[in-house]
Amino acid sequence: MDAILLQLLNGLDKGSAYALIALGLTLIFGTLGVVNFAHGALFMIGAFCAVTMQRFLTLSYETIDETKKDFLGNPLKVSSTYVESWFGPNIGSTIIDWAVPIAIVMAVPVMIAIGFVMERGLIKHFYKRPHADQILVTFGLAIVLQEIIKYFYGANPIPTPAPDMFRGSFDFGVLLGFDPNAIIYPYWRLVYFAFSAIIIGAVFAFLQFTTFGMVVRAGMADRETVGLLGINIDKRFTIMFGIAAAVAGLAGVMYAPINSPNYHMGMDFLVLSFVVVVVGGMGSLPGAVLAGFMLGILESFASMNEVKDLLPGIDQIIIYVVAIIILLTRPRGLMGRKGVMEE
Amino acid sequence: MGILEVKNVGKRFGGLQALGDVNLSIAEGSVHAIIGPNGAGKSTLLNCLVGKLIPDTGSVMFDGQSVLGRKPYEINQMGISRVFQTPEIFGDLTVMENMLIPCFAKRDGAFELNAITRVVNQHDVIDKAEAMLSDMNMIEKRHMHASSLSRGDKRRLEIGMCLAQDPRLLLLDEPTAGMARADTNNTIDLLKQISDERDITIAIIEHDMHVVFSLAQRITVLAQGTPLVEDTPDKIKGHPKVREAYLGETAH
Amino acid sequence: MFGLNTKDTTLLLIVAMLTMFAPFILNPFPADSAMAQFNAGYPDLMQRFVIFGIFAIGFNILFGLTGYLSFGHAAFLGVGSYSAVWMMKLLTMNVIPAIALSVIVAGLFSVVIGYVSLRRSGIYFSILTLAFAQMSFNLAYSVLTPITNGETGLQISLSDPRILDGAGAARYPNLFGAEMNDATTLFLGGWSFTFSVGYYVCAVIMLLCFYLSVRIFRSPFGMMLRAVKSNQQRMNYTGLNTKPYTLAAFVISGMYAGLAGGLLAAMDPLAGAERMQWTASGEVVLMTILGGAGTLIGPVLGAGFIKYFENIFSKINDSVLHSWFSFMPDGIEDLMVTLVHPFVGKGWSLTLGIMFMLVVTFLPGGLVEGGQRIGRLLRRKPAKDDSASGKTEPAE
Repeated sequence: MDAILLQLLNGLDKGSAYALIALGLTLIFGTLGVVNFAHGALFMIGAFCAVTMQRFLTLSYETIDETKKDFLGNPLKVSSTYVESWFGPNIGSTIIDWAVPIAIVMAVPVMIAIGFVMERGLIKHFYKRPHADQILVTFGLAIVLQEIIKYFYGANPIPTPAPDMFRGSFDFGVLLGFDPNAIIYPYWRLVYFAFSAIIIGAVFAFLQFTTFGMVVRAGMADRETVGLLGINIDKRFTIMFGIAAAVAGLAGVMYAPINSPNYHMGMDFLVLSFVVVVVGGMGSLPGAVLAGFMLGILESFASMNEVKDLLPGIDQIIIYVVAIIILLTRPRGLMGRKGVMEE
Repeated sequence: MGILEVKNVGKRFGGLQALGDVNLSIAEGSVHAIIGPNGAGKSTLLNCLVGKLIPDTGSVMFDGQSVLGRKPYEINQMGISRVFQTPEIFGDLTVMENMLIPCFAKRDGAFELNAITRVVNQHDVIDKAEAMLSDMNMIEKRHMHASSLSRGDKRRLEIGMCLAQDPRLLLLDEPTAGMARADTNNTIDLLKQISDERDITIAIIEHDMHVVFSLAQRITVLAQGTPLVEDTPDKIKGHPKVREAYLGETAH
Repeated sequence: MFGLNTKDTTLLLIVAMLTMFAPFILNPFPADSAMAQFNAGYPDLMQRFVIFGIFAIGFNILFGLTGYLSFGHAAFLGVGSYSAVWMMKLLTMNVIPAIALSVIVAGLFSVVIGYVSLRRSGIYFSILTLAFAQMSFNLAYSVLTPITNGETGLQISLSDPRILDGAGAARYPNLFGAEMNDATTLFLGGWSFTFSVGYYVCAVIMLLCFYLSVRIFRSPFGMMLRAVKSNQQRMNYTGLNTKPYTLAAFVISGMYAGLAGGLLAAMDPLAGAERMQWTASGEVVLMTILGGAGTLIGPVLGAGFIKYFENIFSKINDSVLHSWFSFMPDGIEDLMVTLVHPFVGKGWSLTLGIMFMLVVTFLPGGLVEGGQRIGRLLRRKPAKDDSASGKTEPAE
């Protein structure tokens, strides 16, 4: 029982990431009718926003401290960060410690801007081209984006720790009456899950309760009709692209402490997110979220030793197997509408 | 016994009874029109005949064989060809290639791995395709891309492609929809000529009464998913039930 | 000739000339000159040109003709490599059985994967093939370690049984005794040209593959595949079953990929899982599109182009750049080096990505279309009197 609960929890954080990326992908599918292979790169750029914020906050200058000598007897060079000198050592170090959450402030405008530029500069010209062309050009873009990141940040993963207070683990087992240490779960993962839930909730609320969201939903259902009503749907779709980029970026920012960001993490997540979108049903937002969590949890269960002993290697392929079975038995996915992207 | 026998066919979509209890017999060699107001179930009926839809009840027999449960390509190989409302042709291919494909389908069946032989060496097929293009007055356009043809030419090509398979039954779904008067008249003449010269049965679904009364030998009137009457054009013209179904719309 | 029309025969002869004289053509610079770094005429690279040419020719039969975009063809390449290495471990170092097995196994794999994936079309098909390839990659990396040797990759060793080879037989891949890495070098003045057995084996096989693809393109089968791309609805209502057509195209292209994988292993007897990764599938897509999908020569050009520039670009480092720009004033020299630096050396992928985006956006027909456009531009001036004869009709 406790083992099952633990796996359930373990699946949540990956599931959250899948759900957030898949949500953005589906928004773009549904509104713009574009298959965006560069969406994983947006997730990766988000993670590097966290890295950048961390580097930015730890920018430092060197002073010569005459009171201290190094072992050669010369005055010691002391490096201190600007943040600490501006805000004092206590507040300064706290700010540095909270680099990842602070990065959200930076990531939102950056990601929206990237989204706008991508849509206006590139994707716009591909609305009327075949899906294969869209896949190909965004695939090219994904390569370019990840190579740019690689050029500036190198090929190695960059550890980006969470704030100190979230670094420990939470003992769920005790809470639920199991033995201590039976179910321990890192705090940050809880934060990530809660954060994803909030973002997902916010996106749904936005689409449900605002006029903007209503138009977008109408556009997803029938783009031409809304266009005929004289509503400037294209402009709204551009904004939608910005929002989708921001969602992917935020998912990336907060994921940085869980997996040290590297330049190819986007591609790794992209393949799985596509599978998630297809399983959930092309064009269905609830489907994307549901499938994201479902596959995350399933993957986590498949990596239990008991399961692996029974079916070796199942953890490596479970998501693909499920995707293949679902596509063949329920071509529209779990919650997909008829005819979306069938051609 | 007609070449096509539709018996007690019914089809439901959710709460909507699209086809009630359709009985229809199309005599071999005739031109048979199916008319009816919008939503009468004409297209549903047609889709049931070609395998796109499977009716919930009833039977559809073509030349003594059931077509139900067969795939569209199998039904086509039985001898039923279909012309679509908007011409369905191979836009990326040349006119000649468009015509070659049904000729190969007729000769080689639904699938043939002819991967090494050359198209230009298949003289029997090429001769047949060229003859068909000549019949359609399109031989000089044979190198053009089909997508660059005019609407009327696309329709001609599509009809020619269907005829190239020597079908026994040709189904046409509003073949003149959206056409200019001149193109419509050309199409009527072409169909008349086909019906006169070839050993073929034609079933036509049509909105345009001018087309129907110029072509059809028998007419079935469909309303709300059931056939109202079936008779010769002269009788249909004055039939009270037909007036009710058609003109009733305006009387409301 | 060869059952082809004049145009195709010319094309075939050009490709044959290019591949047969590649050791000369690709080594235009004297061996000790500064430009020697642009020489590509060494066996290892030339083998890659033709092997990836085979891969792309096969991919083009599926994507170029039917429009089905597979993102999983690297799986077949990988399977081919593994089968070939196993054949060389168990049976003989002769490459013929190894290559034969790689084609057969890749063919069987593609029947299974194709049968399932082709039940869906469009983007769904792409994602299904992607899922299958990624699954194969994961399996090769983990559970199937006894067969694939996991991360290390599958290699041959002295202790392998090699039933057909007696004691003291060749220890290197060979064709009835002629070892693949045997080469003779011809020195002519400052130039040197290397002719290796391996390259010519690959080149001959590629020519056969190219010839076969020309025949497929000109066959009724090829025409049917283009019809599938154009209008499946009309296919169905013309009495044609599209499924076996697409499956046959899928299997043929899978076998081409397997052959390429087998040849890779025959030239250098090892096989690793990274050959199956989806980025490797992406690469063959790039080659085909860059050269010109749906054209005969396009994939060959694309494969050569990408492999050539990958090799040349990644060799350019800062000192090379400095020597290029040394004629400029110091400040500008450094600026130029800084500007060009991100795109060369390890930055080759960046250049590739940008190039690819430009091609898809502005030149969807790839290099072949680019060549045609240039050709048309050049022809326009002298051919003014010719324009009176009306639009040229496309040849059959």
